[in-house]
Amino acid sequence: MAAYLARRLIQSVLILLGVSFITFLLLYVLPADPVRQIAGRAATAQTVENIRQQLGLDQPFLVQYGRYLGNLLHGDLGRSYLQKTDVAELIWSRLPASLLLMAGGIACELVLGLTLGVIAALWRGRALDQGLMVGSFVAVSAPQFVVGLLLLYVFAVRLGWFPIGGYGTFAHLVLPALTLGILGSGWYSRMMRSSMIEVLRADYIRTARAKGLDRARVILRHALPNAILPIVAMIGIDIGIFMGGIVVVESVFGWPGMGQLAWQAIQRVDIPIIMGVTLVSATAIVLGNLLADLIAPLVDPRIKLR
Amino acid sequence: MTDVTASATKAPAGALRRLLRRKLAILGLAIIAVVVLGALFAPWIAPYAPEEQLFDGLTLEGAPLAPDATFIFGTDLLGRDLFSRMLYGAQTSLVIGVVANGIALAIGTLIGVTAGFFRGWIGGGLMRLTDLMMAFPALLLAICLAAIFTPSLWIVAMVIALVNWVQTARVIYTETTALAEREFIAAERTLGAGTGRILFRHILPHLVPTVIVWGTLGISTTVLLEATLSFLGVGVQPPTPSWGNIIFENQTYFQAAPWLVFIPGAAIVLLALAFNLVGDALRDVLDPTQRGRD
Repeated sequence: MAAYLARRLIQSVLILLGVSFITFLLLYVLPADPVRQIAGRAATAQTVENIRQQLGLDQPFLVQYGRYLGNLLHGDLGRSYLQKTDVAELIWSRLPASLLLMAGGIACELVLGLTLGVIAALWRGRALDQGLMVGSFVAVSAPQFVVGLLLLYVFAVRLGWFPIGGYGTFAHLVLPALTLGILGSGWYSRMMRSSMIEVLRADYIRTARAKGLDRARVILRHALPNAILPIVAMIGIDIGIFMGGIVVVESVFGWPGMGQLAWQAIQRVDIPIIMGVTLVSATAIVLGNLLADLIAPLVDPRIKLR
Repeated sequence: MTDVTASATKAPAGALRRLLRRKLAILGLAIIAVVVLGALFAPWIAPYAPEEQLFDGLTLEGAPLAPDATFIFGTDLLGRDLFSRMLYGAQTSLVIGVVANGIALAIGTLIGVTAGFFRGWIGGGLMRLTDLMMAFPALLLAICLAAIFTPSLWIVAMVIALVNWVQTARVIYTETTALAEREFIAAERTLGAGTGRILFRHILPHLVPTVIVWGTLGISTTVLLEATLSFLGVGVQPPTPSWGNIIFENQTYFQAAPWLVFIPGAAIVLLALAFNLVGDALRDVLDPTQRGRD
């Protein structure tokens, strides 16, 4: 176990190094010039050159990357070109909002997905089951900005139940979290349905029924816990999907999180912020996958760590 | 061996018949047919030119018109006929869906088969590359690339392909490694078959069903990603209409003119749904181990 963990952690660090290298390289070779953005249109060639030198952007690629890595080892993600603030500080200030949104998204997708999946499994083959499964397909086929705008229109503009956007109270969180969670709820309801159907066929369920336990008790106490476990183990993998989703959802709802920070930085070619957010996201994805792999054998002892 | 080739040639007709027995697959195919026909015949069906700002396309106050008998989907902020723009937007969605997904599928299959069949340092290296790509926040990467290039239709297609090949590569890799260990491959090798023969006559034909399924499901992912990029304003650029950028252009006004957001929104959902339904049905139909299950 310890050896496995050590190997996976080393692999993760290597992957993150690779991510940092590729992102840095992409931003280096791409045609957008950050110095032009900083200097503004009216700047003279001399000013542009001075800024370039100040930021060290006149250095060869490997020197620039080496310096970035060196700083990274000290936990320094660099300074934003345009906001003149530490990138780490900027990300740190936006992180709580995004984490709150993602927690809300996970809660929504689990509650919706698992409940609907169990209902579909119990009414298997009936109209209700078929309707729910078509619904799950719609959920995974709907782009998040369409879902977000629809929820916004119906529940905020028309019904006025929730604020139209912004951040601060629980009411602000409901619609963005729902938007983020609906996509995943489609996948979870399908997985939960097949997992539940499989468990309900198992011998120990038949035994429990044969002992004379009533149906509700068998489903709640015996089937449900066994059916849920393999699915909950997959939450780690969702993190990667959420990391993209927050950019869209935060933009639709004006949610002041990391996604907005990234989106603004991309538009202004603020390379240190883009690098920082990419690295934080990649770290979350790698850790999420590691977590999923570590949980899997706890849930199902037949799975061995390799 | 003859059995394998015989069943491989017989399978498509049977698979198609089984596919057409599923209501949801037929629904999906019907939606796809409508969108394809609309896109192909857009110049003849569209009542107006997609970029024409119509004289009577706005109210006297300059607001867009709600759907009525003249403009069945209403008009947009510039007084253009939304129905005509939707038809031309379908062309964009389909071209990107087919091109970007085709490239992604080709890259994914090539990398997956190579890594799975040759193993060794080539396979190891390719799979590490795939792991690396998995760690990238895909949407963030796509947005970043699309925003920094000046996006044309083809650049958007390339960006999507670059982000979307990873899943296919992983699936194909797993299948290829499993296939390469099967007895009939070992038997072929003992009989003296060369690498090329094994690869092209035995491995690749067995991967065809997987490629078809992932190719179909992938179009759905591609359509969604294109719509998302265009919605953020970094995808296909106006005036070329795309369902995503129609929403991007009109979203500031969506409280007053919701049809400008929800008609293209519904079209995106329906098209992605159609490819998901067909892909899912194909998976059941083409995968013999799934047969007989619910």
